[in-house]
Amino acid sequence: MAGWKDEVEEIVFPGKICVPYSWTVGSTLSKWYVQLRDDGEIWANRCPSCGRVYVPPKIKCIECYKDMNEWVKLPGTGTVETYTVVNYHEPSLHPKKPPFVYGVIKMDGADTGLVHLIDGVAPEKVKVGMRVKAVLAKERDGHITDIKHFKPIA
Amino acid sequence: MGKRVGVVGVGQTHHAAHRLDASGVELIAEAVTRALDDAQVTLDDIDAIVIGNMDHFENINYVDMWATDGLGSCMKPVFKVTTGGTTGTTVGAAAYYTAASGMFDVVMGVGWEKNSESDTQAAIATCANPVLERDPFAGAIGPLATEYSMYMKAYGATEEDAAIAAARDRNNALNNPYAHNRMHVTVEDVMNSPMLSYPVKFLDMCPRSDGSCAVIFATEEKAKKLAPQPAWIHASVVRHDYTHFGDLEWQWMPTLERATLQAYKLAGITNPLKELDVAELYLPCSTCAVKWMDSFWFCDRGQAPKLIRSGATHMDGILPINPSGGVVATNPIGATALIRVGEAAWQIMGRAGDRQVPGVKKAIATGFGGCSWSDVFILGADLP
Ligand SMILES: [Zn+2]
Repeated sequence: MAGWKDEVEEIVFPGKICVPYSWTVGSTLSKWYVQLRDDGEIWANRCPSCGRVYVPPKIKCIECYKDMNEWVKLPGTGTVETYTVVNYHEPSLHPKKPPFVYGVIKMDGADTGLVHLIDGVAPEKVKVGMRVKAVLAKERDGHITDIKHFKPIA
Repeated sequence: MGKRVGVVGVGQTHHAAHRLDASGVELIAEAVTRALDDAQVTLDDIDAIVIGNMDHFENINYVDMWATDGLGSCMKPVFKVTTGGTTGTTVGAAAYYTAASGMFDVVMGVGWEKNSESDTQAAIATCANPVLERDPFAGAIGPLATEYSMYMKAYGATEEDAAIAAARDRNNALNNPYAHNRMHVTVEDVMNSPMLSYPVKFLDMCPRSDGSCAVIFATEEKAKKLAPQPAWIHASVVRHDYTHFGDLEWQWMPTLERATLQAYKLAGITNPLKELDVAELYLPCSTCAVKWMDSFWFCDRGQAPKLIRSGATHMDGILPINPSGGVVATNPIGATALIRVGEAAWQIMGRAGDRQVPGVKKAIATGFGGCSWSDVFILGADLP
């Protein structure tokens, strides 16, 4: 009797959770996305206490927990702080086919980095410290991909 | 027993069906900011944070990471707790235990939910065992309807009894500026509302809300400095028993009976109906507001209909239940049970505004979820 586990036919149920979702962007990031979509501008917000400038904007200063009511327009240029060249294929996650480059862009006028794609340059030519600028999509719908990528400043 | 701990501040959002102006993180920021203001402290005074929600309601994960700016948790110890409907009281219990341990002096518990972001029933269904009970018996309404049917048959409770409790809580919500549904409701209105799942009707059932709540707990020395009247924790008890729905006792509620019994023992309460001054109870449906009275030991088994009909639990009764309007008025699920703790604390602290019950010395707050899990808090004006 104790040997029944050796002979049982093991069953696995296939499953799929199908639940529709919507994410409320919220006042702070809605303002940021609308400025990006309608005016083609990248804005940041500044802490009234410590002066740190955040892009994307923060709801409260991470250090001071102060309300963020000062908005500053950024020039859209920056410096590559770090990056990687993606060489493997992950179609359900990745925005494009490999090889492609993404990294952290330290935006001019801000104290924080923006994570985005780096393109318009051969992957092997990308360098830390490279000066880049944002390339905006022509058709914008208020999404992070309204910034197509960052490309080197010639 | 641990250190003695009191609530020194409470904050909550203005709850609504859909807070389009606020992301989940912004809801959290609203509640945290208000709790800090209520306690007259800053984040520098907070030594640790416990946060909770139900990830399936927002299709997110790891909120303790990316809510940092709203939560104010940068460089602080943060723990996340998720236990279904009880999440809020489990957050409260974990925050209380963290302070009572003596390792942290001031601990903030935060519950939140943005129920507008998903199909709540579909998300709740994912809590049921996927290879056994999810298909035939999942969601919140069916099980609650089933248990009340049984209670009606056993003890002669009626649909009207539940409607009396629904009208009580919904009308109480008119005194609560934070409540989601604030409307005058009669027993007839409840009886005439659409049948969802016999005997549960539309106005018997809780809504789904967007909202957040934050409660600040402090150890005795700190609490005495921070608040003129802290709401001292006399008991915090958690009981779980679920294996499968078919295993549950449907006629009464063993987890609630055991949790309340232990809590009353810890708090030195022998006659809860008389000794408690106010109750903020997680009653997800007004049928529970009848049936579960037995399991709170507010009456003998089967006597709940008499208790509800007598008016003893209305605002002018011997034990007002849910001055805030309770869960049938407001239900941001991960915050719902913590709102019960916060409201009970405010009753003790004398800060409950238009819904204040005069002279509250002892209060009970509960959480329900699970399925069939019970969390119980007893709070008091005097040191335990
Ligand atoms: Zn700052």
